[in-house]
Amino acid sequence: MKHLLSTADLSRAEAIHILDVAEEMAEVNSREVRKLPALRGKTVVNLFFEDSTRTRISFEAAAKRLSADVLNFAAKGSSVSKGESLKDTVQTLGAMGIDGIVMRHGASGAPRVLADADWIDVPVVNAGDGTHEHPTQALLDAFTMRRRLHGDASRGRALDGVRVLIVGDVLHSRVARSNAWLLRTLGASVTFAAPPTLLPATSAPFGAAVHHDLDVALAEDPDVVMTLRIQQERMNDAFFPNPREYTRHWGLTASRFARLDERTLIMHPGPMNRGLEIAGVAADDPRSTVVEQVENGVSVRMAVLYLALTGDQQKETVA
Amino acid sequence: MGTRTVLQHPDITRALTRIAHEILEANHGASDLVLLGIPTRGAVLAERLDRVLADIDPEWGPAGGSRVGTLDVTMHRDDLGRGIGRAPHRTTIPAGGIDGTVVVLVDDVLYSGRTVRAALDALQGIGRPRAVRLAVLVDRGHRELPIRADHVGKNLPTASDERVTLRLTETDGTDAVVIEQSEPHGDGGAA
Amino acid sequence: MTTAHLIRGAQLVDGTRADIRLEARRITAVGSGLDTAGATVVDADGLIALPGLVDLHTHLREPGFEESETVLTGSRAAAAGGFTAVNAMANSSPVADTAGVVEQVQALGDDAGYVTVRPIGAVSQGLQGTHLSEIGAMATSRAKVRVFSDDGSCVADPLLMRRALEYIKGFGGVLAQHAQEPRLTIGAQMNEGRLSSELGLAGWPAVAEEAIIARDVLLADHVGARLHVCHVSTAGSVEVIRWAKSRGIDVTAEVTPHHLVLTEDLIAGRDGAPGYDARYKVNPPLRSREDVDALRAALADGTIDIVATDHAPHTAEAKCCEWPAAANGMVGLESALSVVQAAVVESGQLGWADVARVLSEAPARIGQVEGHGQRIAEGAPAEVTLYDPSAVREFSVADLAGQSQNSPYLGMRLPGRVVATFHHGYPTVLAGELVDAGTIAEHARATRIGASA
Repeated sequence: MKHLLSTADLSRAEAIHILDVAEEMAEVNSREVRKLPALRGKTVVNLFFEDSTRTRISFEAAAKRLSADVLNFAAKGSSVSKGESLKDTVQTLGAMGIDGIVMRHGASGAPRVLADADWIDVPVVNAGDGTHEHPTQALLDAFTMRRRLHGDASRGRALDGVRVLIVGDVLHSRVARSNAWLLRTLGASVTFAAPPTLLPATSAPFGAAVHHDLDVALAEDPDVVMTLRIQQERMNDAFFPNPREYTRHWGLTASRFARLDERTLIMHPGPMNRGLEIAGVAADDPRSTVVEQVENGVSVRMAVLYLALTGDQQKETVA
Repeated sequence: MGTRTVLQHPDITRALTRIAHEILEANHGASDLVLLGIPTRGAVLAERLDRVLADIDPEWGPAGGSRVGTLDVTMHRDDLGRGIGRAPHRTTIPAGGIDGTVVVLVDDVLYSGRTVRAALDALQGIGRPRAVRLAVLVDRGHRELPIRADHVGKNLPTASDERVTLRLTETDGTDAVVIEQSEPHGDGGAA
Repeated sequence: MTTAHLIRGAQLVDGTRADIRLEARRITAVGSGLDTAGATVVDADGLIALPGLVDLHTHLREPGFEESETVLTGSRAAAAGGFTAVNAMANSSPVADTAGVVEQVQALGDDAGYVTVRPIGAVSQGLQGTHLSEIGAMATSRAKVRVFSDDGSCVADPLLMRRALEYIKGFGGVLAQHAQEPRLTIGAQMNEGRLSSELGLAGWPAVAEEAIIARDVLLADHVGARLHVCHVSTAGSVEVIRWAKSRGIDVTAEVTPHHLVLTEDLIAGRDGAPGYDARYKVNPPLRSREDVDALRAALADGTIDIVATDHAPHTAEAKCCEWPAAANGMVGLESALSVVQAAVVESGQLGWADVARVLSEAPARIGQVEGHGQRIAEGAPAEVTLYDPSAVREFSVADLAGQSQNSPYLGMRLPGRVVATFHHGYPTVLAGELVDAGTIAEHARATRIGASA
């Protein structure tokens, strides 16, 4: 089975391969007829147990551009809210004849449990599981960085020597985890900036360096600053006292933004809390990749779906 | 286990020169012509043809200009579900597009015809040429679809258990067309 | 009618070879060349004779959760594992917080007849942790409860813990605490550490167990009461208990077989094994290699007094799903002796006399289980387990005798197997097979009549 469950499983060669295939997909997306027949006749299910319009639509667009048929399953109001188990939900879908599952679930490890179980025998693509991983987000982030840094000469290249600073709630962020693994595999170095309460209580988490002071981290002149979304509910569990203090110490405010080098990329997985973790002026600057991250997301997800559904069904991961 | 070389560098060069002249003759000149090579070796051949045409016809313009590109057909193959996981190659269409042009597809070996069918399918998503022609270095027979080449470098009758491979200096270090014994109708040279 | 049995040529834990004669409910003779007249001979060549094992921590699930286990099926699992007595935890439905429920559980155990079932009473009503349950009523009931526990939940409120220790002391009982500070373990799924943050699962920090134990030993000392600590799982907890004992505090502690042998790495599913396999989900969670080593050493040096299984059956639906939705717990009665052998006997840390101590004598003493946990000698109760330490088996569903199959050892090679178990003088397991329930129920009836005659 060819699954994409985590970026930690990808080798450097596999990761570059996915990004290169995404380049070809991006070329198709720039044509007038944005369609390839590669997955014609195949059915892909978007199995989303958590609400997410953006990611789901991105996968839907990707599948449709490859001529696949798409079924959307949203947990709210479905049999799951009436207590149906994951196993029964998946087996019911399997009985209808499907060729691939894109799964987003609130439980870490749910796509891995599905891939390892014998309930169904199709490729599984992880669209985000709990606080564990969001591999296609990391891939589209890496694709975006590569494009910005190398332009048309991106094919075959990694991100060696690129310095990436990730700011925010790393502890609860699957985007931070997937990015940390993938960026290191591609030769980049990763630093986290966050209060201790929002970081895993281990040394060098996911192989990254750690700063509790954002200004010290910014003084190291990173090539990319990626800000993560802050959930305001966290302050009720004593992760930080209030949004004002968070922004003051770890927000990419207008003044911090003004001190950034002119080639520093600004990234955000979305959706943004303007004024909380990122100032509006930073989000709207040409150095911000927020909009093209969305466009690149479709190309990367096309590459992932293509490789998963037409590739070697014996191998563990997409390659 | 026989391996025989049926064409070498001088033969290939002569064949390409002849094909270049034929292309111009069939089109009554160079106007509206665009070469699209099918990766990998078809694309190399297209570049060589481009240089020959630049030499023999001033109307063609300089080599490496907007008359030559590549057309990847991987996504349009009819055998994608077989689980082999083919990586797509680059498609580069000349700046002016292909609407209203005469596209000459260039490939190395014409065999079953499925690659060319995929190429015609791929063209549909890119534009609407006035006409499409096919130039191949080798035609080895055994067509499975009603496809024929307009320009052929060499006709090579072969058995289905033989494998025909084109080697080019740019990709393989030497110029040659080689026939080897192999299993019937694998992937070798399937075009 | 129970016949006499003569166990021939067994190895006692002191290394000597002996015959053992069981008649009615007593061991009537121990020696060599004993008279076989009127007795069924059981050949025990190559087998070790242990006093019947006593489990201080079992979940029998009845009343209320009979889809996972019943007193009957749990008793069968216990006998298959070489146990002759089990203490049944109180987190049934209804909770065992009244005389009525504990008497019912005891009666079910007596009727089934495989083991002596000693019900444990809840410390707080409904396990809610706010009000004391009817401890006195349970202590003076027919069930004569002496062990009280809210296991499943922690008695977290320090005031309630103090009062409970004092009150239970008055009835000569012991409070068995499930040490887990609830505010530090909200939504916890696995041991807190590097692996939990990599797997994206909320962590259960070791300090949440250690802080409660530290508080409780000081409280027990202050009020002069006995404390028992359930399922110790961290090296830090061992340190706290060692300190408490060195100060003369009356505390005892147990460790489960799975915490002596399994670590959290199994959850990551490396080398082709499935990841996030909920068979490994348990409370307290599997921890690190360092914790396992510290627990083994503590069992060897007596800081930890006993092994208790925390046998926790669950249905397939409760385990065959994504990790956060899965229930906590593993079955462990049938595999306990084998796992202990693999973990600490084969390494030389414990001998068979120590095994008898940690799996029979000490649990019986701590739980005040009369008629069990006594050394095999003339006049002792006829509770004997015969074990073949040289056997090797690939542990499978066929080795499970209860109603549920949530064992982490399926597919593992384990040493040893129980060949026979004798309870009240009659065999509950013979030639490696469980004796059928009908026969055992008959024996139980006859024994009760005989005892009251």
